[in-house]
Amino acid sequence: MTPVATPPSQFVYRMFQEGVLPPNFCPAYVSSVKRAPRQPLVPLPQTISELTGPTFTPPESVQSVDLTKGAHGAALGERILVGGRVLDEDGRAVAGTLVEIWQANAAGRYLHASDQHNAPLDPNFTGGASFVTDAKGRFRFETIRPGAYPWRNHPNAWRPAHIHFSVFGPAFATRLITQMYFPGDPLLPFDPIFNSIRIQAVRERLIAAFDWDTTVPEYGLGYRFDIVLRGRHETPMENKP
Amino acid sequence: MTEAPEPGPLAVSPSLPVTSYQTVGPYFKIGLEAFYRNDLTNPNTPGRIVEVAGAVLDADRAPVPDAVLEIWHADSSGRHMVQPQAKPFDDTFIGFGRVPTNEAGEFQFRTIKPGAIQASGPELQAPHILVSVFMRGLLYRLITRIYFSDEPGNADDPVLRSVEQHRRGSLIAQAVQGRPDRYEWNIYLQGENETVFFEL
Ligand SMILES: [Fe+3]
Repeated sequence: MTPVATPPSQFVYRMFQEGVLPPNFCPAYVSSVKRAPRQPLVPLPQTISELTGPTFTPPESVQSVDLTKGAHGAALGERILVGGRVLDEDGRAVAGTLVEIWQANAAGRYLHASDQHNAPLDPNFTGGASFVTDAKGRFRFETIRPGAYPWRNHPNAWRPAHIHFSVFGPAFATRLITQMYFPGDPLLPFDPIFNSIRIQAVRERLIAAFDWDTTVPEYGLGYRFDIVLRGRHETPMENKP
Repeated sequence: MTEAPEPGPLAVSPSLPVTSYQTVGPYFKIGLEAFYRNDLTNPNTPGRIVEVAGAVLDADRAPVPDAVLEIWHADSSGRHMVQPQAKPFDDTFIGFGRVPTNEAGEFQFRTIKPGAIQASGPELQAPHILVSVFMRGLLYRLITRIYFSDEPGNADDPVLRSVEQHRRGSLIAQAVQGRPDRYEWNIYLQGENETVFFEL
């Protein structure tokens, strides 16, 4: 372990603006009712504990990640490519950060004991992967476009197609878990999870963009999904009284 | 691939809109299991080995079998790992753990007891572990801290002192009688003993 000087700031990272984060108590999302805390959150200063976190050496170039190659052959469904960058609010690359993803297969079924959806599993698709962003914050993976799946939130409830993303960023304070959606999905207006984010422009940023640059001819459609983590305050706090 | 601009370090206001949160959902195991770590200890790491065990309970005191906790803490001398690891979560001690709850809503992890930390300003922070809690039903992570009941420094800890006195106990893992180095700490999502969760 390397000793580190204590940063002088109480607020190195910018706070989230009102309405950017979904509220934890969200009755339209039924599971939140008995799980979301009701007491107000207590402000936590950004101390050395919150300003550090696991970080990794960026790979020399964008890692090659392919979820479509199974033990016995190719996974079934529409092959797609997803590329993007992890950045902070000032557009700086977040290099060497761990990204983990998981998703349903083309039929809308997860390889998970609790998923009882009556849709086929694909022996060649696990739906999980992880990678570390390169020096420019870039990542790219090949996968199968996930199917929509039913859930029991309300009658005839279906989740829009999505890929779950987990991103560490440089510190405990920047830890992010989110979902990537697909453009034009007709289920988006009806999904309580997507719509838990009050500000329309903020939730629509969770929709990947169809992208010709990521599309590979004769191979698969490409989508671009950039992830923006909290930025740091512009002025070094030690210069402030 | 188009490259986003990379402004200099003195950019005045954020130029990119921050990405929001969504729930981890019920199937996170597929993506997160590869880096589950409930034993952070390593034969070469100096310090006292401690175990923390508990359960996650919902509004009805029903166990939550599909939660996952992530922990982050300093080493025994109060220093956090700031060196990038060559490979995610190899066997060196870095103070990171990830622990899912079991069918009974219980979790347990084993680590090195962190040392006290010099906080910003003159205040020393008592030994503590930072915790993120993720589960189906939470759209945004919950953030809390674990302190240790046998640390006299708790009385002066600036974060503990910022919490109303009657709620502080929810942040303190209790030493178990007759089981040295074992602590119990539960997460109460709601109700009378609701755990203190932080805004960060
Ligand atoms: Fe899902």
